[in-house]
Amino acid sequence: MNRAAALTRHTLFWPVTVWVVLLLANVAFTPGFLSLRIREGHLYGSLIDILLFGAPLILVALGMTVVIATGGIDLSVGATVAISGALACHLIAGGHGLIVALPVAIGASLLLGLWNGLLVTRLGIQPIIATLILMVAGRGIAQLITGGQIITVDSDAYKMIGGGYWLGLPFSILLVAAALAVTLLLTRRTALGLLLEAVGGNAEASRLVGIRSSGLIVLAYMFCGLCAGIAGLMISSNTLSADGNQAGLWIELDAILAVVLGGTALTGGRFALSGTVVGALIIQTLDTTIYTAGIPPRMTLVFSAAVVTVVCLLQSPAFRAKVRRRPPAAPVPSAAEQEATA
Amino acid sequence: MTTALSGLARRAPFTLRRRHVPVLVTFGLFLLAFLTGALRYENFGTGQVFLDLFIDNSFLIVVAVGMTFVILAGGIDLSVGSVVALSGMLCAIGTMRLGLPAPLVVLLVLLIGTGFGTVMGYMIHVFEIQPFIATLAGMFLARGVCLTISENQISIDDAAFDAVALNSLALPGGLRLSYGAVIALAVVAVAFYALQWTRTGRNVYALGGSEQSSVLMGLPAGRTKIQVYAISGFCSALGGVLFALYTLSGDPTHAIGMELDAIAAVVIGGTVLTGGSGYLIGSVLGVLVLGVIKTILSFEGTLSSWWTRIAIGVLLFGFIALQRLIGTRRGSRTG
Amino acid sequence: MTRPVLEVSGISKGFPGVQALDDVAFRLLPGEIHALMGENGAGKSTLIKVLTGVHEADAGTVVVGGAKASIKGPLHAQRLGISTVYQEVNLCPNLSVAENIFIGREPRRFGRIDWKAVRRRSAELLARLDLDLDVTAQLGSHSLAVQQLVAIVRAVDLEAKVLILDEPTSSLDRGEVARLFTVMRRLREDGVAILFVSHFLEQIYEVCDRVTVLRGGRLVGEYPIGELSRFELVAKMTGQELAALEELDEESPEAVRGERLFALEGVGRTGAIAPVDLDLYAGEVVGLAGLLGSGRSELARLVFGADAADSGRVRCGDELVSLRTPRAAIERGVAFCPEDRKGDGLVMDLTVEENIILALQAARGWTRPLGQKRRQELVGEYIRALRIHPPHPHTPVKNLSGGNQQKVLLARWLITRPKLLILDEPTRGIDIGAKTEIQRLVVSLAGEGMGVVFISAELEEVLRISHKVEVLRDRRLVTELANDGTLTPERILQTIANGAADR
Repeated sequence: MNRAAALTRHTLFWPVTVWVVLLLANVAFTPGFLSLRIREGHLYGSLIDILLFGAPLILVALGMTVVIATGGIDLSVGATVAISGALACHLIAGGHGLIVALPVAIGASLLLGLWNGLLVTRLGIQPIIATLILMVAGRGIAQLITGGQIITVDSDAYKMIGGGYWLGLPFSILLVAAALAVTLLLTRRTALGLLLEAVGGNAEASRLVGIRSSGLIVLAYMFCGLCAGIAGLMISSNTLSADGNQAGLWIELDAILAVVLGGTALTGGRFALSGTVVGALIIQTLDTTIYTAGIPPRMTLVFSAAVVTVVCLLQSPAFRAKVRRRPPAAPVPSAAEQEATA
Repeated sequence: MTTALSGLARRAPFTLRRRHVPVLVTFGLFLLAFLTGALRYENFGTGQVFLDLFIDNSFLIVVAVGMTFVILAGGIDLSVGSVVALSGMLCAIGTMRLGLPAPLVVLLVLLIGTGFGTVMGYMIHVFEIQPFIATLAGMFLARGVCLTISENQISIDDAAFDAVALNSLALPGGLRLSYGAVIALAVVAVAFYALQWTRTGRNVYALGGSEQSSVLMGLPAGRTKIQVYAISGFCSALGGVLFALYTLSGDPTHAIGMELDAIAAVVIGGTVLTGGSGYLIGSVLGVLVLGVIKTILSFEGTLSSWWTRIAIGVLLFGFIALQRLIGTRRGSRTG
Repeated sequence: MTRPVLEVSGISKGFPGVQALDDVAFRLLPGEIHALMGENGAGKSTLIKVLTGVHEADAGTVVVGGAKASIKGPLHAQRLGISTVYQEVNLCPNLSVAENIFIGREPRRFGRIDWKAVRRRSAELLARLDLDLDVTAQLGSHSLAVQQLVAIVRAVDLEAKVLILDEPTSSLDRGEVARLFTVMRRLREDGVAILFVSHFLEQIYEVCDRVTVLRGGRLVGEYPIGELSRFELVAKMTGQELAALEELDEESPEAVRGERLFALEGVGRTGAIAPVDLDLYAGEVVGLAGLLGSGRSELARLVFGADAADSGRVRCGDELVSLRTPRAAIERGVAFCPEDRKGDGLVMDLTVEENIILALQAARGWTRPLGQKRRQELVGEYIRALRIHPPHPHTPVKNLSGGNQQKVLLARWLITRPKLLILDEPTRGIDIGAKTEIQRLVVSLAGEGMGVVFISAELEEVLRISHKVEVLRDRRLVTELANDGTLTPERILQTIANGAADR
C-alpha cells in the first residue's frame, strides 16, 4: 500500500506510465511495433525510428533541463538550431571542409549561449525575457546567413551526423546517448547537480554560501546553446540543407514541454534528466502513434495538446486532490504551515 | 498639517514619475522612427501613412490589448496567434460553408474565443498549471483544430464581410481609416477605461503585484486570473475577425508567431513581464513602433524582411535594458 | 458581562501527519486587546487562518456577533467584520499608498472609480495615525514599517469589529511600536476587539488586557494579564522548559579570549552603516545590540561580504585582507547565518543532508564532490550533535520546524570549521527549547575557541551569552560595553537611548 503510494509519487512514474501506454497503443494498431530487425547491418524498427527522429529534441531538452534547473528558461534554442545549421551549410557550400564548418557552428552556438547567460547574470534580466530577444532576432540572423534561401549541400561526411549509421545504429542516437551519459556524469558524479539545484532553488542563499552562481548559470546557458547547436547540425545534416525560417521551429516549446512532462518544475531547483528523456520520447512517440493509427498527420497538434493537458493535470497536486476527494477536500498544507505545525 | 495633507490629496493624477519613463521613451522612439522615415522617403510623412499603421496592425493592436491584461496580471498567453488563426478559419467556414449570417458568425467566434480563454484561465487558476504550459497547450489545440478543419486557405466572399472590409471611414483631409482600425481603437478606449477606472482593472494590477496579497486583501484573485485569460481570448478572437476582414480569408497558417509580436509590443511599450507595472497606451505605442519599422523596410525595398526580426530583437534588448536601468522596484533591506 | 464579539469552541484542524488544533475554545470581548500566545507549533497561525477563512476547521463552531458563522475566505471574514494584518506586509508594492488602502472597495461615481475621493480619504485616514505620506507614491517606495501601518489603516477602515494583528511589531522600531500601541488603544476605546500576536513579552504586558495561551494545538487557558506573571506565562507556554532557561542563566560566560581574528578599521557602507572599528577575537562572543534598523544586520553583512564595504579595511593578523564577497570571507574562515532563514539561508526543496553540505561543497568547487561515505558521516554527526529532528538526512528541509531549520543552517557552517561565526537573530521565531539549545551551543563553541558575533533583538539573550556588547544606534556603532556581570539590559537600553546622538 505504502510502497504503491511511494511509487506513484516518484517523479518518473507518470511520465513512464504515459510513455508505456502510448507504446502499447501502438502495439494494438501495429502488432509488430516493438520488433527490431537487422537489414544490411543496420538496426531497423519503429523504436529506432522514434529515437532517431527524436534525437534532436532529446538533445535540446537535455540542455533545457539544465537551464530550467537554475531557475531559468531558454526560448532561443530554436533560433540557435537554425543559426548553427545555417552556418555549417553556408560554410560547406562555400567550399570549406567540415574541419572549419563544424567548429564554427558549435562555437557560434556556445557564443549565443554565452550571450543569454550574460544577459541573465550580468544585466540581471529575467531569463524568459532575456532569451526572448534572441528568439525573435535569431531567426532573422539565420535568414541573413542563408540569404533567405534554403541552402543545400552535398557532403557524405556531413550526412553522417544526422543520417549516418555506426555500429549498426544511427549515428545521431549514439551522439545523444553520449551526450546523456556525459551530462549525467557531469551533474551526478560531480557536485555540479547539487550546486545547480541550490542556485535554482534559492539564488540568494546560494550566493551566501559562496557558490559562484553567475559562473554556473552562464555555463548552463552555454551548455544549452551547445546542445541546440549540435541538434541544429543533426537536423540540417539529415536533409543536407539549411532553412533559416523552418529549422527547429517550435523546438523550444517541445523541449520545455519535454522537461515539464519529465517532472522538472519550471520554477527551478530539482531536475530529472532521465525524466526529460522520457518526456521527449513521449512527444516523439505521440507523433509516430498518430501516424501508425492512421490519424491524419495534421491532427498531431490536437493530440499534443491533449497529452500535454493530461500529463500536466496528472502532475498537478491541486488536480489530484480534487479527483481523490476521499478525505473531504483536505488541502495539502503549504511548506509554511507544515513548518508552523511540525 | 491639514492643508499639507489636502495638498497631497490634490496632487495631479499624472505627475511624471519614474514608472512613466518607459512609455515616454517608446513614444519618443516612435516619433523618431516616423520622422526618420518622413525625412528619408517621399510620401512617408503623410497622415495616411500614419493611419495605415493602425489599419495594417488593427488585429495586432487588439491582440496586444488582451496580452497586456494577461502580462499585467503576471501571466503570459502563448495561444493568441493560434486563436487568431482559428477565429479567421471559423469566420470563413461559418459564412462560406455553413452559410450563416455574418453577425451571427462573428458573435459565435467571439464567444468561442472567450470560452477558450476562460478554460485556460480555469486550468491555470484551479489546477495551478503554469500559464506558459497551459497556454502552450491552448496554442497547439487551436492550431491543430485549424488544420483539422482545413489544410487550405478559404476565401471569404460574404456580403457583410465585404461591405465592412472594402469600405472605410472618410476623415477630413481626404484621409481614410478602415472600420477594422476603428474597432481596434474602440477596443483600446474600452480597455483603457477598464484598467484605470474599474475595480476589475485595478484587481489586475494588484494580482500582478502580489497574488498572495490580493487573496489576503479579500480581492477576487482567482476570478481576476480567469478573467484576464478570458479577455485575452476575446481579444484574440476579435483580432482574428479583424484579420479575416483584412485578408478576406481564413488560413490555418495565418498569424504564426503573432504571440511573439504581441509580447514584444507589450514589452516595448514598457510593461514589465513579471506583472503589475505598465500601461495599456504603451502597448499600442509598441505596436506602432513595430509597424513603423515594417513600413520603413517596405519603403526601403532593398532591405530584406529578416531585418524586421533583427530590428525587433534589438529594440527588445534596448527596452529591457532600459527597464533594468530604471529599476522600477528595488527591495529595501531593514535590519 | 458583555457579550463576546467573537467566540469559537471545539475547533479542531488537522493536516496530514499533524493535528494543528485540537478542541480549542477562545473568545474576544468588544473593546479589549487580547494576546494570543504560544510557541511555534502551538497552533496560533492555524487558529488565525481559521478565523480569517484561509482554512476551514474540521470541527467546531465560530460565533460572530452572536450569530453562528462559517467563514469562507478572507473577503467573507472582512464582511463579517474580521480584518487581519499579517507579519509580512500583504499589500501590493506596485500600487499607490491610497490604492492599497481602498482597493476592492474604491468609492465610485457613475460606475467609475473616484480617484479624487480615494486620495482624499486615504490622506485623512493616515492623518488620524499622524502619518504624513504622499498617498500617490508607490507603496514599495516606503519602508516596511510604513507599509505595515498602511496595512493597519486599511484593516481599520474596513469597519472592523475584530482586528487581528499577527506579529505586526517584528519589523517596527520602538517609536513605531509606540505609535501602533496608541492606535490600538484608541481603537479599543472605540469598542474594537483586537487579537494581538507578538513574541515580545514586554509588549504583551504593556498593551494587552487578557491573554489566551495555546500549546501543542490545545488550549492551556485564558487569563487576565494582571493575574499572570511573566514567569507563569512562559511556563504555561512551554510546559517545562523554564528550568532550562534559568539553568543557563547561572552559567556566566568566562572570557577565554584567544588570538585576534580580524580587525575592522573604518569599515562602512554608505546608507547602511557608518565606518566601524572593531576587533574580533577567537573564543569571544560579541553581541550586537541595537534596535531594528540600527545597522546591526548591516554590520554583520559587511563582515561576511554579503554586501561589499565601500570604506575602510580589514586586517587578519598583520595582513590586509579583502572580505568583499561571501566567497572571500568564507575562504578566511567566516561563516554567516542570515536573519531570513528561508529567503537567504536554506534551499527549501533540498534535503537536510544537501543543505548541510552546501557550504563545504561550494568551497571545494563542483569538481571535487564529497564522497558518499564522508557525506553520511559528517551529516550524521551533526544531526546527532545538534539533535536535529526528524533525524533523517533525506527529509526535505521544508518539512522541518523553524528551530530545526535553524540547526540545519548552523550545521552547514559548523562542518566548514569556521574561525568566526556570525549569527543574525538565530533564535527568532523558534520555540524556547530550541532557543536554549542554540544558546548553549554558542557558548560551548566559543569555549572551543571559535569567535562569534551574535545578533538578537532580545537584550537578555545578548547579555546571557556575550562577552562584550557593541551598541548600535542610527546606523553607527555607539559604544562597546564589557559584559562583566554588572551589565544590565536597562543599561544597554539607556546607551541605545542616550548614546552619541551627534548628527
